[in-house]
Amino acid sequence: MLRWLIGGGREPQGLAEKSPLQTIGEEQTQNPYTELLVLKAHHDIVRFLVQLDDYRFASAGDDGIVVVWNAQTGEKLLELNGHTQKITAIITFPSLESCEEKNQLILTASADRTVIVWDGDTTRQVQRISCFQSTVKCLTVLQRLDVWLSGGNDLCVWNRKLDLLCKTSHLSDTVFGGISALVEIPKNCVVAAVGKELIIFRLVAPTEGSLEWDILEVKRLLDHQDNILSLINVNDLSFVTGSHIGELIIWDALDWTMQAYERNFWDPSPQLDTQQEIKLCQKSNDISIHHFTCDEENVFAAVGRGLYVYSLQMKRVIACQKTAHDSNVLHIARLPNRQLISCSEDGSVRIWELREKQQLAAEPVPTGFFNMWGFGRVNKQASQPVKKQQENATSCSLELIGDLIGHSSSVEMFLYFEDHGLVTCSADHLIILWKNGERESGLRSLRLFQKLEENGDLYLAV
Amino acid sequence: MISAPDVVAFTKEEEYEEEPYNEPALPEEYSVPLFPFASQGANPWSKLSGAKFSRDFILISEFSEQVGPQPLLTIPNDTKVFGTFDLNYFSLRIMSVDYQASFVGHPPGSAYPKLNFVEDSKVVLGDSKEGAFAYVHHLTLYDLEARGFVRPFCMAYISADQHKIMQQFQELSAEFSRASECLKTGNRKAFAGELEKKLKDLDYTRTVLHTETEIQKKANDKGFYSSQAIEKANELASVEKSIIEHQDLLKQIRSYPHRKLKGHDLCPGEMEHIQDQASQASTTSNPDESADTDLYTCRPAYTPKLIKAKSTKCFDKKLKTLEELCDTEYFTQTLAQLSHIEHMFRGDLCYLLTSQIDRALLKQQHITNFLFEDFVEVDDRMVEKQESIPSKPSQDRPPSSSLEECPIPKVLISVGSYKSSVESVLIKMEQELEDEEYKEVEVTELSSFDPQENLDYLDMDMKGSISSGESIEVLGTEKSTSVLSKSDSQASLTVPLSPQVVRSKAVSHRTISEDSIEVLSTCPSEALIPDDFKASYPSAINEEESYPDGNEGAIHFQASISPPELGETEEGSIENTPSQIDSSCCIGKESDGQLVLPSTPAHTHSDEDGVVSSPPQRHRQKDQGFRVDFSVENANPSSRDNSCEGFPTYELDPSHLLASRDISKTSLDNYSDTTSYVSSVASTSSDRIPSAYPAGLSSDRHKKRAGQNALKFIRQYPFAHPAIYSLLSGRTLVVLGEDEAIVRKLVTALAIFVPSYGCYAKPVKHWASSPLHIMDFQKWKLIGLQRVASPAGAGTLHALSRYSRYTSILDLDNKTLRCPLYRGTLVPRLADHRTQIKRGSTYYLHVQSMLTQLCSKAFLYTFCHHLHLPTHDKETEELVASRQMSFLKLTLGLVNEDVRVVQYLAELLKLHYMQESPGTSHPMLRFDYVPSFLYKI
Repeated sequence: MLRWLIGGGREPQGLAEKSPLQTIGEEQTQNPYTELLVLKAHHDIVRFLVQLDDYRFASAGDDGIVVVWNAQTGEKLLELNGHTQKITAIITFPSLESCEEKNQLILTASADRTVIVWDGDTTRQVQRISCFQSTVKCLTVLQRLDVWLSGGNDLCVWNRKLDLLCKTSHLSDTVFGGISALVEIPKNCVVAAVGKELIIFRLVAPTEGSLEWDILEVKRLLDHQDNILSLINVNDLSFVTGSHIGELIIWDALDWTMQAYERNFWDPSPQLDTQQEIKLCQKSNDISIHHFTCDEENVFAAVGRGLYVYSLQMKRVIACQKTAHDSNVLHIARLPNRQLISCSEDGSVRIWELREKQQLAAEPVPTGFFNMWGFGRVNKQASQPVKKQQENATSCSLELIGDLIGHSSSVEMFLYFEDHGLVTCSADHLIILWKNGERESGLRSLRLFQKLEENGDLYLAV
Repeated sequence: MISAPDVVAFTKEEEYEEEPYNEPALPEEYSVPLFPFASQGANPWSKLSGAKFSRDFILISEFSEQVGPQPLLTIPNDTKVFGTFDLNYFSLRIMSVDYQASFVGHPPGSAYPKLNFVEDSKVVLGDSKEGAFAYVHHLTLYDLEARGFVRPFCMAYISADQHKIMQQFQELSAEFSRASECLKTGNRKAFAGELEKKLKDLDYTRTVLHTETEIQKKANDKGFYSSQAIEKANELASVEKSIIEHQDLLKQIRSYPHRKLKGHDLCPGEMEHIQDQASQASTTSNPDESADTDLYTCRPAYTPKLIKAKSTKCFDKKLKTLEELCDTEYFTQTLAQLSHIEHMFRGDLCYLLTSQIDRALLKQQHITNFLFEDFVEVDDRMVEKQESIPSKPSQDRPPSSSLEECPIPKVLISVGSYKSSVESVLIKMEQELEDEEYKEVEVTELSSFDPQENLDYLDMDMKGSISSGESIEVLGTEKSTSVLSKSDSQASLTVPLSPQVVRSKAVSHRTISEDSIEVLSTCPSEALIPDDFKASYPSAINEEESYPDGNEGAIHFQASISPPELGETEEGSIENTPSQIDSSCCIGKESDGQLVLPSTPAHTHSDEDGVVSSPPQRHRQKDQGFRVDFSVENANPSSRDNSCEGFPTYELDPSHLLASRDISKTSLDNYSDTTSYVSSVASTSSDRIPSAYPAGLSSDRHKKRAGQNALKFIRQYPFAHPAIYSLLSGRTLVVLGEDEAIVRKLVTALAIFVPSYGCYAKPVKHWASSPLHIMDFQKWKLIGLQRVASPAGAGTLHALSRYSRYTSILDLDNKTLRCPLYRGTLVPRLADHRTQIKRGSTYYLHVQSMLTQLCSKAFLYTFCHHLHLPTHDKETEELVASRQMSFLKLTLGLVNEDVRVVQYLAELLKLHYMQESPGTSHPMLRFDYVPSFLYKI
């Protein structure tokens, strides 16, 4: 990222040309985020952000505290203290429409082997559950059944009153330790990622016959070669998983069969042997799939440092940015306006736009920046085949339309508010609220005149 | 900042007439009276008369009972200042004006000597022969060994400029009252200590005598007493009497602060004492018992000695010096305050008036003034606080009282207090009565005033002028004006004017006589009331007791918010101090080596015109429009309304104008003692002695330096414009360099262009050596950054390049600037490298006036309703935006990037206006995605 050095006369032009990392200059006309607010409350890495309602969100991280913020003003609303170790999962448990008490619950799991249920409006701990054998790594809420599940080395089912309804036996105690991801799929089933395996469980709700809840293991899917890192629902009919070595598998959610398999994120081409350097940069974590997001047509995958768009219809990658960031992409999200936002370990957040491809994007636009470090290890020879492949395979392109630089360390996650902008959290202990400066300015004017009116100053002269 | 004094001085009326185009005339209240002798072609800086002293000074004199009037000390204590000026002669003059009879010991009918709690009197007099004019502040101190226990002193502010004294009367009065109150407090403390010692002596003497008598009694059992024994018995009796007298005195002196301070906030320590002693007073306890727990403890144990019962009033005895009369701590503080006064009123009258108008105007612009003014808000609040305390009793006098807002009902009360002050000396009242009387106080009505009181008043006047010898003529007194005030207030209450009122007006408008000493105006030697007597004068008590709740709360509120404020200020100034030292090293050839005081705490009553005779044009606050800040007047809107109703018919009448001014003055003077007492007490607890106040950002010298260095920067660097644009548009400018002194100097200079977020210190970090962080850009808008050659410095540079989009970087070592392009017209005017301005202070003023202009544009933009709100529902955002842009460009005449500056300032204004508690949070970081360019020399 050291693109510019004061008074720097050395211009490593060559490096800049070689670098496949797309950069954007300081002029970012399409980047709406022209205002930022740094929120500081955490003392350690902030890993999770969860939206509570239209204007509130909660943040949690390695310091074990949960902080509730106002996304509009950046005001710190609540600080929830209770965990003694880092928080491993956080989820909200929205109140049922039928339910009279409207208070929203926040569930947090921590490495101290507890789950605490918080009242989202006060700092009150509703309950603390500490009967876990292992750290709970994921939480999921099945709204339809009004239960929530906690996944660690075993899978537990709880109801809203926090009674343990049932639990599975101790799952395979692999090195990777228990359930790493958990999603709900139709027919009262959940799919859990445990190491390389996907395990489908079926929840048996109480019926006339039996009053007991039960959870049954239905199927194990063993198609992944490596640990499954990401697992999300694509739609009602399918879900997608991604593994450490870049396998993307789309599954049918009803019969649990493989719909599509994509492993083209890195090409084990002959160059691998001849070009040692490629080996260096294409090591396996460069193609591990950290995160997915999707819309109706596409699945967007954060693969290593790159971003890939996989078309569900065409069943192939239609667009990619091989080196979207300097470092691993940790989280991506699709915005309503055809934009994609990604955040990475390199501390930056980038805004992309998926465009129908007119022609292959040429060299990065010279922007007045020049790369000092560059990413020379990926040299011309290495990037050439990639490009060729892109030419053949993709019909769309991801255009960088802006980047947000604020964090000094890895950006762990972000949260998008339609009305209030973007919230990012980072390993530098900070949360940054990115806002549309123009809109904020207008809102401030509005509030100003409201206040004038309240004070009775607006019509004083009349 | 609005107008530079050196510009004003050259202004002549003719020039205005020759002006081809008709500019709207400067509102009268903003203009400074022209130099009186300008028509004669005199140089305004030439000496007006044959004054024998080089500049204004303060003289403290005493009317010694042994040697008569004598000068004690001058401030500054430098013989060069007063030169050949005859201090002895002048002391005689000023002491002779104090016609207020220093009332002695035993009032008729009283069993014990009574202490007079004498209020100070304030006189303006001129000595045309000496070419000296003086504001004279008379006060009395207690001395057990003195006649009537009192020693008359006076403090005089002596100037060659009569107008200065006259026009600054209000301010002088207020400041001197503070000094006086401080001195008197210290004196009371010392006096109480002295009394205690005396009591111990007496007690010891009594014991000794008693034993002796007993021995004698036993020695002769013949049934008759020897003459020796009778003598002893007499002596014993007189000792007993003396003890009782002294106990009574002690009680009186202790009861003083209690009365005076009731309801005011005090420093905690003092408060305890007061409460302590309040309980004592109520139980009328024996002072002997309370001697240990007394108000002024912490004295080394005193060994009593045998004394003569009858005090010898001999002339060979050396009287105590002023320093001995006063507690050391208070004495030092008084001196500090006096030298503060000297600093405050130093310089040309024009300059003083201009800066006062300046401040008053700034105060008016309370929406925008935080942007570029140094600590203006803090300043403001301090002023407000100071003002509001005096106004507390009169309640409805707002900090910036306009003519229309003069207090009427309360003035009546103050008139009442005058009355009591006249007569109180003749009346004795048992102390025990007062508690009961307090209740009556509450029901006292304004109707208790009758024309007879006016008469009393005028009599008093006449007495004054008669007693003051033939060479002295009382031209105008506060008393007469207070009669006037009464007449006005009566008018407002539809009471017909009495003939006396008319007479008194005549008195007050008498012209200057040819006599060598003219008493131009005096304050009442009011109040002469021992506190014990006050109970019999409900109105007099009223002034202290009957305004309990509303305002008091307000004042407490203000007091409670002030400490953090001060903390802030101090922080800011601490941060600044090193830089000033630096710059003083760099520019060593500064001529005046004296500490220039900040003008900050100086003028308490800047809005008020304190002059009786020639009415100068002073600023009056008119705009009440956007009033956001808390001020005292809000506490009592009804009374303000009252006063508004009361006055309209007189608005244009100059005599009434005059009178109304005096109303506020008299009411002010009435209470000045009480309040200044508070302030002096307060200043003991915090170490905010005015003269010790660190020269903050607002010191003239600082401004001069900053201006000079900024000028230097502009001349030296061709890319000064984009750099200044960065500052004005809120893009953090990082000044990178190896040499801390150079960086600090430049940062201090450039800080004048940095808009503040709020009322606190500017967002300027003078020196940082660690890598910058995103938080820093949110917090600071101008940063001096250390360039480190070592590998550790790489981190700094890395961070800088990473956040380059938020910063402009001025590299002092390589003489480069990296920042966005600037093509506006505003900055070239602000920072023209070919400017003819040579002096730093002038340039500073130039910048300030340009920035004020800018602020007003930002204000217009921010508060134009139709610019920001859609005129109808269907209007699109784009339409609103284009309307804004056309307003900025066409109406405000902004070019290119200048728009950004105004937009940024507008955002700051919005945030500031909406902020509930100013200064609690830093605003968001706003930035633009614009390309930067590298400028090189």
